[in-house]
Amino acid sequence: MALFQPSRGTASSTYPASSTYPANSTYPAQPVRGNASGYEAVRASRDFWTLRRRFGSFVGPACMLFIGWYFLYVVFAVFAPGFMRVRVFGDINVGLCFGVLQFVSTFAIALSYRRWAARRLDPLSDRLRQRLEGARR
Amino acid sequence: MTGTAPAASGVLAAATVGTPALNFVIFAFFVVVTLVIAISAAGTNKSTTDYYAGGRAFTGWQNGIAIGGDYLSAASFLGIAGIIAIYGYDGFLYSIGFLVGWLFVLMLVSEPFRNTGRYTMADVLDLRLRAVPVRAAAALSTLTVSLFYLIAQMAGAGALVSLLLGVNGGTGQDIVVAVVGLLMIFYVLVGGMKGTTWVQIVKASILAAGAVVCTFWVLARAGFSLSGLLHHAAAASPAGNAVLGPGLEYGVSTATKFDFVSLAIALVFGTAGLPHVLMRLYTVPNAREARRSVVWTIWVVGLFYLCTLVLGFGAMWLVGGKAILAAPGKGDSAVPLLAFKLGGTLLLGIVAAVAFATILAVVAGLTITASASFAHDVYAGIMRDGDTDPADEVRVARITAVVIGTVAVIGGIYAKAIDVAFLVGLAFAIAASANLPSLLYSLFWPRFTARGALWSIYGGLITAVGLIIFSPDISGDPGTSLITDPHINFAFFPLTNPGIVSVPLAFFLGWLGTVTDPNPPDAARYARMQVRALTGVGAERGGRS
Repeated sequence: MALFQPSRGTASSTYPASSTYPANSTYPAQPVRGNASGYEAVRASRDFWTLRRRFGSFVGPACMLFIGWYFLYVVFAVFAPGFMRVRVFGDINVGLCFGVLQFVSTFAIALSYRRWAARRLDPLSDRLRQRLEGARR
Repeated sequence: MTGTAPAASGVLAAATVGTPALNFVIFAFFVVVTLVIAISAAGTNKSTTDYYAGGRAFTGWQNGIAIGGDYLSAASFLGIAGIIAIYGYDGFLYSIGFLVGWLFVLMLVSEPFRNTGRYTMADVLDLRLRAVPVRAAAALSTLTVSLFYLIAQMAGAGALVSLLLGVNGGTGQDIVVAVVGLLMIFYVLVGGMKGTTWVQIVKASILAAGAVVCTFWVLARAGFSLSGLLHHAAAASPAGNAVLGPGLEYGVSTATKFDFVSLAIALVFGTAGLPHVLMRLYTVPNAREARRSVVWTIWVVGLFYLCTLVLGFGAMWLVGGKAILAAPGKGDSAVPLLAFKLGGTLLLGIVAAVAFATILAVVAGLTITASASFAHDVYAGIMRDGDTDPADEVRVARITAVVIGTVAVIGGIYAKAIDVAFLVGLAFAIAASANLPSLLYSLFWPRFTARGALWSIYGGLITAVGLIIFSPDISGDPGTSLITDPHINFAFFPLTNPGIVSVPLAFFLGWLGTVTDPNPPDAARYARMQVRALTGVGAERGGRS
């Protein structure tokens, strides 16, 4: 999904060069230009590129996975009710197990994202924030 | 307006359960306790950060439970259990959609949203696109979704209280809705975000505890066997084993099948566009706490919905679908009636009071969101061009809260015959179409422009609301439509939920508006947005962290 894919290299490769576009033709340039160079520099840095790539590489597949899994469930519930009624044990049927598995997968994805983000994203974003805030003082 | 009381008015007189006097005492006790909490927690509420965001001083778990409280509205507690009690498995489909959508909030929205805005969703779009029309559009869609959701809650309050306090007839219910409106305005004016958050935390805890106790009780009656419970429930239902599988409500025809797919789209994409949920992300000190709070919310919401499954089938077994449909409020009365069967008058009173407190707290949360959006986006951001002092902005927010409360009371009186869970489904569809696409594009798509945002917001909003107007919800089906006159029929859209059309269309329009925009995308602004979203530079920190 293009949405999550970081552009290769730096910010300037996404757009020819920010000077090509008079970026603030419609609105007064003041509020952006003030910090723009700092943000652009951070955005072009190696750390930020890593941060974006890591974020996209977890969140992109995870979102595709849970959306696909959820709509698979919806399609089965709507168009294959006979299959959902097949008994597994006692009066528990496939539909109930499938539904409960949606809960289990939601809990599992939420917990793994939380642990993963604390380990892989937070140290990087802390370092970048300190760099930017330090530069401003 | 009193003439349009629920069609079940013939049975109203006989349907009050429990002792109205005792119920009233328990209700009054809950109202007083929550008022004391709101007042004592409120503090001064002078600055906008205090009033809109509770000083950004809540911890992750506190806010997580409060978001759960905002989300577990009367529609969840009463509505979903009621649908399960009547239609069986199909009610479970609702709860799964309501839960799974939280993963979007967790992974795509919570942190960047907290990092790039101050009080409202429009703040985020404004940081990225810097355009007054975009702020106006975002404010309009926020207000629309909040009002829809508010009216749904108010309608639920009328039905619930008529069941419990023996308030029969149209006028009595109207008065109840008006009292709910007054109480909610009071919470919001006195408590601000801090007061309503504490009310939310207390309420959500009691609600969860109540649901768990009732669930154990039902399971104990069934010998702690889920299979046994399902067996008894199916045996008690006229539909027999069909209630254990999907299809009773949604499998009737091709139209109802696609109706469910449409609802499923609205539920899963709508959660991340609900303004009152999004605004809660600002009450914590930083993005990391926002992430923690959403994980807490997922636990609270998920465990609660697992309980509703048991409660719904328990009501089917112990109360019976026929008795539920005969009660005022129909499906919404399943859980109160179940509580009466299990624990008699006292448990009924407690469960009903919790439900009442739920409605009060949720409407207060919605009102504060809508008033913040008007005062912060429309008044301060557009009319005054950002040039206001905080006290002035808070004053406008308070006036708006009164106005919105009044509108919601009037809307609630008109909508009280409509099923609560259904109305909430429509609010989700509008949120998913009008809010989510532009929010995701702003956060993650470098090319996104102001025109794309306008096309997406207005396109989604107009399509969603328009398709509802031309759907069987409003006209064409004398049994369920808002307009009961069979001669008036302007329904050409066959589905009752617009999500299957309006959500993809809003995403498409956001893309189309952007690629055809003669103004180039603002690369510097996107760079700033992305750096701030992922690192938290420049985000407002909380009072204590």
